[in-house]
Amino acid sequence: MSKFKQAMETYRKRPLSLFLRIVVIAAAVITAFILGAIIIYILVKGIPNLSPELFAWEYNTDNVSMTPAIINTILMVLLTLVFAAPIGIFSAIYLVEYAKRGNKLVNIIRMTTETLAGIPSIVYGLFGYLMFVIAMHWGYSFIAGALTLAIMVLPTIMRTTEEALKAVPDSYRDGSFGLGAGRLRTVFQVVLPSAIPGILSGVILSIGRIVGETAALIFTAGTIAAIPASVMNSGRTLAIHMYALLNEGLYMNQAYATAVVLLVMVIIINGISGLIAKAFSKRTGEK
Amino acid sequence: MKKAKETVMHIVFLVAACVSIFAVALICIFLFGNGIPAIGKIGLGHFISGMDWKPLNNIFGIFPMIIGSIYVTAGAIIVGVPIGILCAVYMAKFCPKGLYKIFKPAINLMAGIPSIVYGFFGLVVLVPIVQNMHGGSGKGVLAASVLLGIMILPTIISVSESAIRAVPNYYFEGALALGDTKERSIFCAVLPAAKSGIMAGVILGIGRAIGETMAVIMVAGNQPILPDSLFSGVRTLTANIVLEMGYATDLHRQALIATGVVLFVFILIINILFSLLNRRSGDKA
Repeated sequence: MSKFKQAMETYRKRPLSLFLRIVVIAAAVITAFILGAIIIYILVKGIPNLSPELFAWEYNTDNVSMTPAIINTILMVLLTLVFAAPIGIFSAIYLVEYAKRGNKLVNIIRMTTETLAGIPSIVYGLFGYLMFVIAMHWGYSFIAGALTLAIMVLPTIMRTTEEALKAVPDSYRDGSFGLGAGRLRTVFQVVLPSAIPGILSGVILSIGRIVGETAALIFTAGTIAAIPASVMNSGRTLAIHMYALLNEGLYMNQAYATAVVLLVMVIIINGISGLIAKAFSKRTGEK
Repeated sequence: MKKAKETVMHIVFLVAACVSIFAVALICIFLFGNGIPAIGKIGLGHFISGMDWKPLNNIFGIFPMIIGSIYVTAGAIIVGVPIGILCAVYMAKFCPKGLYKIFKPAINLMAGIPSIVYGFFGLVVLVPIVQNMHGGSGKGVLAASVLLGIMILPTIISVSESAIRAVPNYYFEGALALGDTKERSIFCAVLPAAKSGIMAGVILGIGRAIGETMAVIMVAGNQPILPDSLFSGVRTLTANIVLEMGYATDLHRQALIATGVVLFVFILIINILFSLLNRRSGDKA
């Protein structure tokens, strides 16, 4: 109690400090309040709107089912990662394990990756539309969407993989070289396995971005509400499904329900990513 | 055999690493290649400073959209930056450890919420609030600014927090030892030292705000006119593209792509500013 009194005494003498403390705490409370408000509002308004027919297998304008969109979202994540994960991980391997320090090429790669990370999704959408849909004559197609998204999430995967590789102690590499293993074998059998949690958390972070993406997909993957027969067909993901519902303006209740599903997906993805990152930091912390 | 495998994989890694260079080059070629002819046809002056956007009459002036983007971004800065920086100070210096374990993932979650969900929240919560305050449709500069301000919070908080944490502890301890209060030590000794890192966070936030599309469309009203008050409808560059791309043809479509080019140039400038600042703060640390 006396400590509290002492603090109050200081604040009485220095009102500016008290003011600063109050605004800092207020800012934190406001931030927490906003996040809480968004989550609680959407859950409270949305959960009552979740009905079985919203999950019917086929979409039609009566049931506005989101099942095809959910399946499309999963397919889109997989297809995007097929392109983005190997390229992202391989480039990080090049940057960390192969490139020499101060290499000019490395600087250019870093610069372009930074640029990619800053480009807004609508610009990716425009690019994907111009290149894949128009120039390649693929039309609105799943593959056009996936390739566009793959470029979009590439910087995320590259950066997290790079950090994970850098966190592997050099003694691992030296030990492996000392036993006569080549560079390639060292990378795949020694360095990569111990960097996996870090890489995974980056991949999961990208999954979150893919799930939530709208602007880059509208003009690439298109908005057809069915599971595409092949990668050359159009198909809408859940985020686009929600945009379409809002755009038509007739389906507010269904939009609430879709928002719940999207939000829950993102919360789960974020949770998994956080858990893996924590496991990773614990492991590197022990060393 | 083993040697050949090594060489092949070395080349594979190198090629993978060059994909990002290749991607940036392709994006530039396709955007500029498709957009610049349109700007040439419309005339740079007419396009950039034209006050009217009337696709049906082949009049394409995006000045209202440029101003619209600048307005809502400025609004987002006014709303988001003070709260973001102060919240970062709280997270770095005041937050008890137990609370931090909840707060930090919460901020990450905030960054992960899809923009369409933010837009929906803005539409069903913020817009009615503005409507009650002032009447009218409620969609406009104010609603868009507040929503964007919320959306850039996590970016500003994370970057500023790590910038504040990167300041050596003796700045803080030195100020304390001179008899200053904890708050004044932080605001007068630590924050100035973290200045360029915090600025980098703000610029990153600006980039996000200018590029945001889906959330803005829901709450901005989207009229392609110069907004004359906080409550009047506004259309941003990003919104212009999404709203009309679906049905545009010929010169109209090219004009939309050219809108994307203007947006892209804005973003490139912001990126360059960001990396310059990052380099400066990197040098210091």
